[in-house]
Amino acid sequence: MELFSSEETLLKDSAAGFMSEHAPVQALRDIRDQKKALGFNQQLHKTLADMGWFGMLLPEDAGGYDSGHRAAGLVAEEMGRNLTASPFLSTAVLSAVALRQSGGEHLREWGPKIATGDVVIALAIDEGAKHNPSRIKATAEPDGNGFILNARKRAVFDGYNADRLIVVAKSGDETGLFLVDPSAAEVEIERNAMVDSRNAANIQITNLHLDGKDLLCPLEQGAAVLEATLRSGRAIAASEQLGVAREVAERTTAYLGERKQFGVPIGMFQALQHRLADLYCQIEQTASLISAAQRAIDTTSDSSDELTRAAKAKVAKVSRIATEEAVQMHGGIGMTDEVDIGLFMKRDRVLTEMLGDSAHHVDALLKKRGL
Amino acid sequence: MTSLDEFRMETRAWLQENCPQEIRKAVTVEDDICWGGRNWTFKSEAQKLWLERMAARGWTVPHWPKEYGGGGLTGDEVKILKEEMTRINALSPLESFGIWMLGPALLEYGSHEQKLEHLPKIARGEIRWCQGYSEPGSGSDLASVQTKGVDMGDHFLVSGQKIWTSYADKADWIFALVRTEPDAKKHKGISFLLFDMASEGVSTKPIRLISGSSPFCETFFDEVKVPMENVVDERGNGWTIAKYLLTHEREMVSNLDAIFGGSAGLYETAAKSIGLDETGRLDDPLLRADIGDFLVDEMALTAHLAAAKDFHRAGNQLGARSAELKYLGTELNKRRQSLVVQAGGLEALSGPEENGGIGNQSASWLRSKGNSIEGGTSEIMLSIISKAVLRLPSLG
Repeated sequence: MELFSSEETLLKDSAAGFMSEHAPVQALRDIRDQKKALGFNQQLHKTLADMGWFGMLLPEDAGGYDSGHRAAGLVAEEMGRNLTASPFLSTAVLSAVALRQSGGEHLREWGPKIATGDVVIALAIDEGAKHNPSRIKATAEPDGNGFILNARKRAVFDGYNADRLIVVAKSGDETGLFLVDPSAAEVEIERNAMVDSRNAANIQITNLHLDGKDLLCPLEQGAAVLEATLRSGRAIAASEQLGVAREVAERTTAYLGERKQFGVPIGMFQALQHRLADLYCQIEQTASLISAAQRAIDTTSDSSDELTRAAKAKVAKVSRIATEEAVQMHGGIGMTDEVDIGLFMKRDRVLTEMLGDSAHHVDALLKKRGL
Repeated sequence: MTSLDEFRMETRAWLQENCPQEIRKAVTVEDDICWGGRNWTFKSEAQKLWLERMAARGWTVPHWPKEYGGGGLTGDEVKILKEEMTRINALSPLESFGIWMLGPALLEYGSHEQKLEHLPKIARGEIRWCQGYSEPGSGSDLASVQTKGVDMGDHFLVSGQKIWTSYADKADWIFALVRTEPDAKKHKGISFLLFDMASEGVSTKPIRLISGSSPFCETFFDEVKVPMENVVDERGNGWTIAKYLLTHEREMVSNLDAIFGGSAGLYETAAKSIGLDETGRLDDPLLRADIGDFLVDEMALTAHLAAAKDFHRAGNQLGARSAELKYLGTELNKRRQSLVVQAGGLEALSGPEENGGIGNQSASWLRSKGNSIEGGTSEIMLSIISKAVLRLPSLG
C-alpha cells in the first residue's frame, strides 16, 4: 500500500532484477555446497558496490550517495527475497553508519573503500548467545595515550576475513568503538559457519594495545553512536527479513494454486485460504511499520527508535509464521532440501537473533512506556 | 510560502477563532459525538455552534463538492484541516452514516437531483440516515435479500424485515436494499432505495446487546410507499452500489479507534491495577508479554492505516484491500478490550450492566465482540482477500 516516489520505484525494480539474476537462491546453494569459507561471493560484493548500493548510507564527501534508509531497505528486501549473500548489513549498513556517526578521519579513509566494495568491515558487539548491548564485558583500559583492549566476541557477522573490525568495549562507564586490524597477533578469529550458510566469527582479543586514534569517536559520544548504528542495522535487517517473508508467502500462494489433491487445487480449501490471507494481512502491516521506521530515521524523527524496535520485533514474528506455514503447506516436499523453503527458514531465524529478537525489543518498548 | 502553507495558516487562524473551548477535548461520553438529525438534542450550545460554523464552510464534509454542501477541498487540504483540528484537540463537528456511506454512494451513483436533495442536508446535520442491508435470513450472504418492492407504477410498495440496522430508532431516512425485480438473478434483482423513516408502515425495535447497549434495531416495513424516483442509479443495480459502499464501511469501521480515542487506557489500567516490580516492569510477566505483543501490533496497524490513507488520498482505490484493514482493525480492538479487562481484573468487571457506554471497560469489552461480525465477519474478510488479492481458486 506504500506510495513510492518514482526514484524509489526505479530502485526497487532494478534491485529486484539484479538480485534475481546475479544473486539468486542458487548462488547461496553454491556457497554452501562448495563450502566457501567466506560465506559470500567476492565478485558479487564488488558488483553490488558498482550498482551504488554499498554507499547508500554514506555521505557524498566520503564516497557515498546519501540515499537514506528507506532506499537501503528496498535493496535489502530484495536481498531477503533472493537470499543474496553479501556483507551488505555488516559493512554497508552497520560499519558505514558507525563511521558516519563518528565522522572525522576514519570516515574519510574507510568510507570510500566501503562504497567501492574494496573492504569488509564487521561490527563486533555481541558476547553471548543473545544480543544484549547493555551488558558488554569487553574492556578498554586507558594506557598512556591509548588503550589496552580485551574482548571475547561472538556472532561477528562477516568477521571472518574482514579487513577491519569495529569492536565495542567499555572504558569505565563509557562505551568505546575501536577500529581493530584483525591481523594483529593479539586477535584470534575462529570461523563459525552458521545454519544459514553464512559466517559469524568468534573473536578473542587479548591485551591488544591500541592508539588513541583507533577510537572512532570520543568516549562520551560512544553510546549515542552505537545506538544510532544499531538502529540503522535493525531497520535494514527488518527489510531483509520482510523480503524472506514475502517471498515464501508468494511461493506458497502459487503452490496452492498448482498442487492438486482430491481432484482440486488445494488452494480451494478454506482451511488453507484463511491462514494465507491472515499471513498476507500481517505481512502488509509489517511492511508499513518497517517503512515508517526507515522514513523516521531519514527525517531524524523522535519516534525512530520505537518504530524500529517495533518493526524488528514484528517482522520476526511474521516471518517465522511465513516460513513455518510455507513448509507445512508445501507438505512432504516442504521438508526436503531440494525446495528452497528450508533455506529461507534458516536465514529467517538468524535474522531474528541478529541485533535483538522480539522479546529484546518488546521489553525495551514496554520499559519506555513505564511498564 | 506555498499555497498549502497559506491554507494551513488560514485554517489555523479560523479554527482558533471559531472552535469553542468546550469542543477542544477527547471523546469521553457518548453524546460528545454529534450525529445530527431531526431529533438530535444538542449536548450544549457549543456543540450546536460548532456544527453550524463548520457546516457553513462545508467542513463537515470537506472533500465533497461545494455545490452539494461540501468544502471542495483537495486531498492535501483535507489532510491539513484534520491535522489542524487534531492540533487543538477539536471534536469532530458531525459523524453520520450519511457522511460515511450514503454520501459516497450518491456522489458515485446518484442523479444530480438526488445529490442536490440529500447531500446538503447530510452536510448540515439535518437528516440522519440509517442503512437497511442485513435481514434475518441474510447475514454474510447479503445478496440474498428478501425484502420486496412491488412495482405500482409511480411507486413501490416495500414489505419485509431488516435487522442490525444501526440506530434505526433514531434515524430520519433509510437507504435500503430491496428486491424489486423478482424474476432477475440473485445479484441483479436488487435496487437501492431511499425513503423516509416517518413513512406509514415503518416500525423499529431496538436489540439489546450483551454489552447492555442497543445500537442496532430490527426494522419492519409493511407496504411502505416509496416513490419511483427514489431509486438510486438503475433498477436492479443495487448490488453494485452496495458492494461499492461496503468498502467504504470497512474503511470506516477499521478507523473507529480514531473516533473513540486510542488505546482505551490499556497501559494506564495495567500500571495502576497491577503495579511495577523492582526493575520497573509490570509485576505480571505473562500479561506484560501479551501487552507487548499487542503494543507492537498496534504500532503496525497505526503505520498501516497511515499508509492506506496516503494511498487513498493520492487517488487510489483501496478496493478489496479495505477488507484487510477491517480484519486487522477489528481483531486488534477485540484483543485490546480483552487485555483491558484482564489488566483491570475484578475492577473492570464491576458495576451494573446497564452502565454501558464509552469509558465502561466491561461494556467496551463486550461491545467489541461484535466488531468482527458487523460490516462483514472476519471470515468473510479473509475469503475476500483469498479470492480478490491472493487470487486463490474458489468454489463459486
